[in-house]
Amino acid sequence: MKKEEQMRHVISILMENEAGALSRVAGLFSARGYNIESLTVAPTEDASLSRMTLVTRGCEEIIEQILKQLNKLIDVVNVCDISESDHIEREMMFIKVAANDMDCCAAIKRMVDIFRARIIDVRNKTFTIEVAGNRRKLDAFVSAIEDHKIIEIVRSGCIGIARGSNALKAQ
Amino acid sequence: MELTGAEIFVECLKAEGVETIFGYPGGAVLFLYDELAKAEKRGEIRHILARHEQGAVHAAEGYAKSTDKPGVAIVTSGPGATNAVTGIADAYMDSVPLVVFTGQVPRYLIGNDAFQEVDIVGITRPCVKHNFLVTDVKDIAETIKKAFYIATTGRPGPVLIDIPKDITDTDAKCEFHYPESLEMRSYNPILKSRDSDIQKAVDMILNAERPIIYTGGGVIMSGASDELRHFTQNLNFPITNTLMGLGAYPATDKQFVGMLGMHGTYEANMSMHHSDLIIAIGARFDDRVTGNIEKFCPDAKIIHVDIDPASISKNIKVDCSIVGDVKPVLLELSKELKQRGAMPDQTALAAWWKRITAWQKYDCLKYSPSKDKIKAQYIVQKFWEISAGDSYVCSDVGQHQMWAAQFYKFDKPNRWINSGGLGTMGFGLPAAMGVQLAHPDADVACITGDGSIQMCIQELGTCQQYNLPLNIISLNNGYLGMVRQWQEFFYQKNYAMSYNEALPDFVKLAEAYGHVGLRIEKAADVEGALKEALDDKKRLYFLDFITEAEENVYPMIPAGAGLNEMKLL
Repeated sequence: MKKEEQMRHVISILMENEAGALSRVAGLFSARGYNIESLTVAPTEDASLSRMTLVTRGCEEIIEQILKQLNKLIDVVNVCDISESDHIEREMMFIKVAANDMDCCAAIKRMVDIFRARIIDVRNKTFTIEVAGNRRKLDAFVSAIEDHKIIEIVRSGCIGIARGSNALKAQ
Repeated sequence: MELTGAEIFVECLKAEGVETIFGYPGGAVLFLYDELAKAEKRGEIRHILARHEQGAVHAAEGYAKSTDKPGVAIVTSGPGATNAVTGIADAYMDSVPLVVFTGQVPRYLIGNDAFQEVDIVGITRPCVKHNFLVTDVKDIAETIKKAFYIATTGRPGPVLIDIPKDITDTDAKCEFHYPESLEMRSYNPILKSRDSDIQKAVDMILNAERPIIYTGGGVIMSGASDELRHFTQNLNFPITNTLMGLGAYPATDKQFVGMLGMHGTYEANMSMHHSDLIIAIGARFDDRVTGNIEKFCPDAKIIHVDIDPASISKNIKVDCSIVGDVKPVLLELSKELKQRGAMPDQTALAAWWKRITAWQKYDCLKYSPSKDKIKAQYIVQKFWEISAGDSYVCSDVGQHQMWAAQFYKFDKPNRWINSGGLGTMGFGLPAAMGVQLAHPDADVACITGDGSIQMCIQELGTCQQYNLPLNIISLNNGYLGMVRQWQEFFYQKNYAMSYNEALPDFVKLAEAYGHVGLRIEKAADVEGALKEALDDKKRLYFLDFITEAEENVYPMIPAGAGLNEMKLL
């Protein structure tokens, strides 16, 4: 398959908040050889429903098949490829960096300001920074402070929502 | 009145109209069995004791495939459940409606590596339509209702319900109420097609010059054989069936060009390859049907009718998709054609038939009869003649399966019962039991081989217990024939482990189980043996036919080839 056909897609899934529902989705992707770039899941305003945001790559046919296969899962209430239309994506990242001297601290602080990130924990010789934004912003932040020693990175994976009044609801 | 979980279980089965349940008891299902036995004494539900859980599930499949009812099975936890997995996976691949109950260790032991504990819900997740772990006695009734609904609607499939022992005991009780209807916001199968799709399909049909109708198991499951015959005969189009779809259209009709695919007929595959319109109905473009996808039917536009949207454009991109139940879709198509009052170009169609007739002249299923060793093809052909084409035929998997499909001409649906998707050796005998139990007065055969029959041979015991007068037609060539054929063609005749070196004496084996065993070694004795078996409606006959050892199934599309690159004898 040609590389350029492998477009990135953000798929929103509304599913019954049942034991094992997550493993049905994860199992579907591994069984059929689809890739998962990231996956997040949490309850919604309706406690009986979970909302999942799944980022995957594939050509048009594969994405169509993914949507159909997801729809086929009994626990899945509704599915939408939100990247097909105007939408917002955010991801959160914690990044722990070494802050050994004043120069270093100042440089990190400067980058944190530029990226509108926040330092949420300061300890002897470490800063823990919180950054939110789209994937590119987080990638850019990581490369911006690469000169400092990065101790640990945790990323939440992407969550997404459609712009405007469109909403993914139980049909 | 408050009932125990086990009592609720039985009441639910009765409410679903379950008459027969296949199973095997064990520790985790003892409370359920206690109630099942009482129900059997009351004449409400019949339990069929298989000799292995795989047999129980295959029998439930045979029962379901030969009727319009779901198959129901019950097994215990741990090994009982894992033994059932092959049957469940088989049902999943062939879309057989099943409800399988597994016992589970008590709730407080789940996750504890308890005795006979497995996470069967986890194990079966990729091979069920859906599964449930019931964690409260109050949920049993609704879960069972959902299971039957899911198993039998939309694209059918197996549903598993895992029931911990402690919600079936005599302490946990609750009020019983079986829901009359069900609302599931997450499951709404599409049954009715869109008008615009029907219009588009009819446009394509009317413009076709070299059409072919290609139908699969979906037609049989939808009960749409009459509608298919009407649709096909009205258009005078050629029709081919998949392995799973045999019998949906009468095989002896002149418009039928035989099965397609790897061991399909030359005319069916050539007609597909050279067509300009394929009308695929309840079929899924399986790799055994398409051959090399790159070379698949280069000139054909495709209409695809399927109840499962995920089947459409999965392997082959189609031009017109109609999502819906086959039967109403066929009615809609026929209605629309009638309303338009038009027909496709008849001159082109006549020319197309002329080409097809020329392909038919290759007589691709011909085989050289032998006076010495019996040809397997000859046995199936004779069996078809003697049984007047009216037997139910179950088969195992391998060469015998292909010969059965090629040489037994099925004129009716639900008569041909085999394991197509999963290709499960061992399927045939237990499936035949299920068919015989559903149709006690019918002739039921199991066409098998010396390899396959040994994979569920223990079920001869079940046949004895329930007096099932099957006709087991074993095409014994001493080899795992299909494996040997591939080794001959593609592995330089290195017959690695495909020779059955230590076969039992099947005659004695059948007799040990209280059946009739016959060994047939001469072609002249074939007819007599088949007649004897068919005439005896009371006893199971195990016919051990010693056949030509190195016979191959022809014609054949080698792996990687297109439908037009068949290997003829």
